[in-house]
Amino acid sequence: MQTHEPHQTSDSAQRLLVLPLGKSIQIAFQSLRVRFLRSLITVASLVLAIAFFCFTQVGTDLADSMLQTGNDGFRQALVRAGYDLSPVTTSIGSTPKQKWLMFLSLLVCLVGIVNAQLMSVSERVREIGTMKCLGALDRFILRIFLLEAGMQGLVGSAAGALVGTAAALIIGMVRFGPQALKPLAFSQVAFSLLLSMAVGLGLSLTAVIYPAAKAARMQPVEAMRREF
Amino acid sequence: MSHIIIRVTNVHKSFKLGRIELPALRGVNLEIEKGRYISIMGPSGSGKSTLFNMIGGLDKPTSGKVFIDEVDIAQLDAYELAWLRCRKIGYIFQTFNLIQVMTALENVTLPMIFAGMDQERAVEKGLELLKMVGLADRFRHKPFELSGGQQQRVAVARALANDPAIILADEPTGNLDLTTGAEIIDLLKHLSAERKVTVISATHDFKMLNVSDQVVWIRDGRIEKIENRDELSISVGQIDSRALQD
Ligand SMILES: Nc1ncnc2c1ncn2[C@@H]1O[C@H](COP(=O)(O)OP(=O)(O)OP(=O)(O)O)[C@@H](O)[C@H]1O
Ligand SMILES: [Mg+2]
Repeated sequence: MQTHEPHQTSDSAQRLLVLPLGKSIQIAFQSLRVRFLRSLITVASLVLAIAFFCFTQVGTDLADSMLQTGNDGFRQALVRAGYDLSPVTTSIGSTPKQKWLMFLSLLVCLVGIVNAQLMSVSERVREIGTMKCLGALDRFILRIFLLEAGMQGLVGSAAGALVGTAAALIIGMVRFGPQALKPLAFSQVAFSLLLSMAVGLGLSLTAVIYPAAKAARMQPVEAMRREF
Repeated sequence: MSHIIIRVTNVHKSFKLGRIELPALRGVNLEIEKGRYISIMGPSGSGKSTLFNMIGGLDKPTSGKVFIDEVDIAQLDAYELAWLRCRKIGYIFQTFNLIQVMTALENVTLPMIFAGMDQERAVEKGLELLKMVGLADRFRHKPFELSGGQQQRVAVARALANDPAIILADEPTGNLDLTTGAEIIDLLKHLSAERKVTVISATHDFKMLNVSDQVVWIRDGRIEKIENRDELSISVGQIDSRALQD
């Protein structure tokens, strides 16, 4: 459904140009659907990066909750699994190496998405120019690209977070046995899941800023001139 | 004297290609009266599209001024310029330029949505316009499901969406076959007569001459001559005989 902006008469003193949010969402959605394969590739890289991020987070949550129980069996299992625990260690966070890996994977993903979005912009030069000829303001174009990235970000990071969480839980279960999952608080996992989604969404939006700004600033004439 | 809707005064435009300045327009002066059907004719590379872009506010002259309704468009800010493109001018292109991801109806309603019309009224008017160009039953089709001529009809309907005072058409028949081209020309002529829209069309299609009130001949970035309808038959005759000699 469309959201309606307040109705305006075509009064020339009231020089109005609008793109209602509902319409921008519709355009963004259609663009993604039409270029489904391209969107899928962009989303896939996000799924992978966020799955890895979330996997690491939930894995750490799991180890930490096992340690918190004070159970000696868990403690030994963790040491066997390669956690470097001194007798005084009372909590487990992600190691610097893990942090570094997460950061790198997110960075690689960011660069990949920027590249994919730039390609999407150059594919749509004529469409952008046409919209500008029809009266689109820079911010309409910007908004459409941001919405597209937002939708891709939501879908990709949700999928990634779910995959990552599932993988972390399954691997944890295989390594430490089913009872290892008992001490793990649901709220802790939910927090990691949401954090991963927020990171994914943020990543997707950050990656589109430059391509979207480039698209928005395009002059109609330069956009129309290019032949394909 | 009738109302001058477009005034072009001493417009120069050159493109920089590396260090070289390539002049495309070398001092164009032109006045266009409201409601007329104007053809801009000239050989390829003579500057028709460049002039078209200047008049349409799509590009800025290197020097000189373009007035639309006596407003110097160089004085407009980005918002006012977008408003002008939305409300005052309808564009038709050689390559149709429909938005590929949208249906025929959505293409036609988009400018109305930009102009703040609500969805229902826009759909109603969009269907009306599509009916007028003979595509009432094709409103749900995407551009790639339509023939070239049908796409150009949708583009004509879209150009009329906000009842513009001016329609700018850059070689609207350039990618169409003879009969389809003739249909589009008829449609444009009909509109200009019916709705009192000023139609300005850049072309090298001689079929356009028959319907034009005025023909602006351009060569090497300068206006060679401007002929009114009554003077036309002579030069058309010349062209015909020239064509026969070739
Ligand atoms: N963006 C540009 N950069 C450099 N030169 C340009 C550019 N646009 C046009 N020109 C040059 O300006 C001149 C006029 O071009 P224009 O496109 O206006 O011709 P035209 O009359 O529309 O030709 P055609 O009938 O082939 O469409 C040409 O010499 C062209 O090479
Ligand atoms: Mg041209």
